[in-house]
Amino acid sequence: MNDRVAAPPAVRQGSRPVAVVSFAQAPSVRHESGRNEVEVLMPVIAEVFANIGITKDDVGFICSGSTDYLIGGPFSFVAALDAIGVWPPRRESHVEMDAAWALYEAWVLLQEGEVDAALVYGFGKSSLGDLAKILALQLDPYVMAPLWPDPVSLAALQARALIDAGKATERDFAEVAARSRRSALGNPNAQVAYDWSVNDLLAEDYVVAPLRRHALPPITDGAAAVVLATAERAFEWAERPAFITGIDHRVETHSLGARDLTTSASTTTAGATAGVAEGEVDVAELHAPFAHQELIVREALGLGPDVEVNPSGGALAANPLMSGGLIRIGEAARRIMDGSADRAVAHATSGPLLQQNLVAVLAAP
Amino acid sequence: MASEPAPVSQLSTPIRLDYRFTAGHAQSKTLRALAQGRFLGQRCPVCHKVYVPSRGSCPVDGVATTEEVELADTGTVTTYCVVNVPFAGQTIEIPYICAQILLDGADISFMGLIQEIPAAEVRMGLRVQAVWVPPDELAPTMASVRYFRPTGEPDADYETFKAYL
Repeated sequence: MNDRVAAPPAVRQGSRPVAVVSFAQAPSVRHESGRNEVEVLMPVIAEVFANIGITKDDVGFICSGSTDYLIGGPFSFVAALDAIGVWPPRRESHVEMDAAWALYEAWVLLQEGEVDAALVYGFGKSSLGDLAKILALQLDPYVMAPLWPDPVSLAALQARALIDAGKATERDFAEVAARSRRSALGNPNAQVAYDWSVNDLLAEDYVVAPLRRHALPPITDGAAAVVLATAERAFEWAERPAFITGIDHRVETHSLGARDLTTSASTTTAGATAGVAEGEVDVAELHAPFAHQELIVREALGLGPDVEVNPSGGALAANPLMSGGLIRIGEAARRIMDGSADRAVAHATSGPLLQQNLVAVLAAP
Repeated sequence: MASEPAPVSQLSTPIRLDYRFTAGHAQSKTLRALAQGRFLGQRCPVCHKVYVPSRGSCPVDGVATTEEVELADTGTVTTYCVVNVPFAGQTIEIPYICAQILLDGADISFMGLIQEIPAAEVRMGLRVQAVWVPPDELAPTMASVRYFRPTGEPDADYETFKAYL
């Protein structure tokens, strides 16, 4: 590998190859009681720059993902810029979505050619309000939101639909959870990690049938950051940058009753556009907050049994809203950068029951 | 034939969300100082500017502000406005003065109420001092400061505060 001339892999999308060159995340916790959002972000931003020996002056664009609904105050993304220090003025943007979509915006901007590197970050404290109520407000405001359906009940409807369609069993959900939490034992940033048998998990009570506690994600406060760079910078800053060879995102109707909840058409389309099937996938980091959703996403992407899925433990190990999707991209990239994978798939989701999905394919030089 | 009910034309969906606010380590220190009747700021280790209240980071340099700085409760009105418009929830009689006050030793101004002076006499550069609530009413909130009143000192020279407008 060392005698190979450093060159980016062929990319399926975009004219300028862009790579993830650094990734950092805050430890995922149930409740950050002392630190505010800026105080949580500051060390993460410092680490993502320090990893590759650069400063904020080396990135020409900053893009973040967060939502004011979590903090309960307006323009929290503006306040968060205090964690970076945006003077002199910086080119900056924000999405009211998981930061995986902020990464997409940065990737598009890097294609334009004016900027060589970008900082992408996401943050959110899910512990400050009643998360079940907050998440109900992402539903359509006329017929769904007024019913205040909580996310666990909605997920249970989806899981029930999977069982009724003969596509999965409660044991399958427990197998996903057992494997994810066991993998999470090796992830120092995980919030929920254990080594329990599938039978142990099946002995748990239902939270909302057919979902038991193990099939639910934890409630997490967290943050994460990534540095993206074009090929020239990427090889300056990283030995083995994780190049994005394809990236796409799609959204489905907000009307849950109009979707087949047992499949994810948007993931399938995004995966095909990003070129998931055009090579061997060594590892996949899938953003599936509920155990059964991993089965849906896995099928939608056509990932075979040989693909290692969520070695980080995935969203079942830690589910920081607004950064959980970016962390999937960061974890997949980390596998490329440390040499343990040559080609990886990262998936991020947003909205209720896998409404919006983003798929990125990453590859080694 | 039974009459059809009138079509639904309007829907009311009340929404209320409650939050536990996290002030953060830095701002908590400022708030606790207010409960003791004093202003506490923090200095940036890079640009040496003093922020009050500090949110824990220097918004220019993006680094943690760790050095605490005790500040006087006197300062200068950098700019102000006369509030003449009544509004819901108003607790002060109009007209009143809402001013940006730069505490002595601080590098950022904050908003405060000016009293004990006719509205027409308030001016940029006016020297003011905090009037605190009685000691048994002090709490970790800016409401511990009832208002600012003129000190009677000569006005501050424009050059001393023009960088803070």
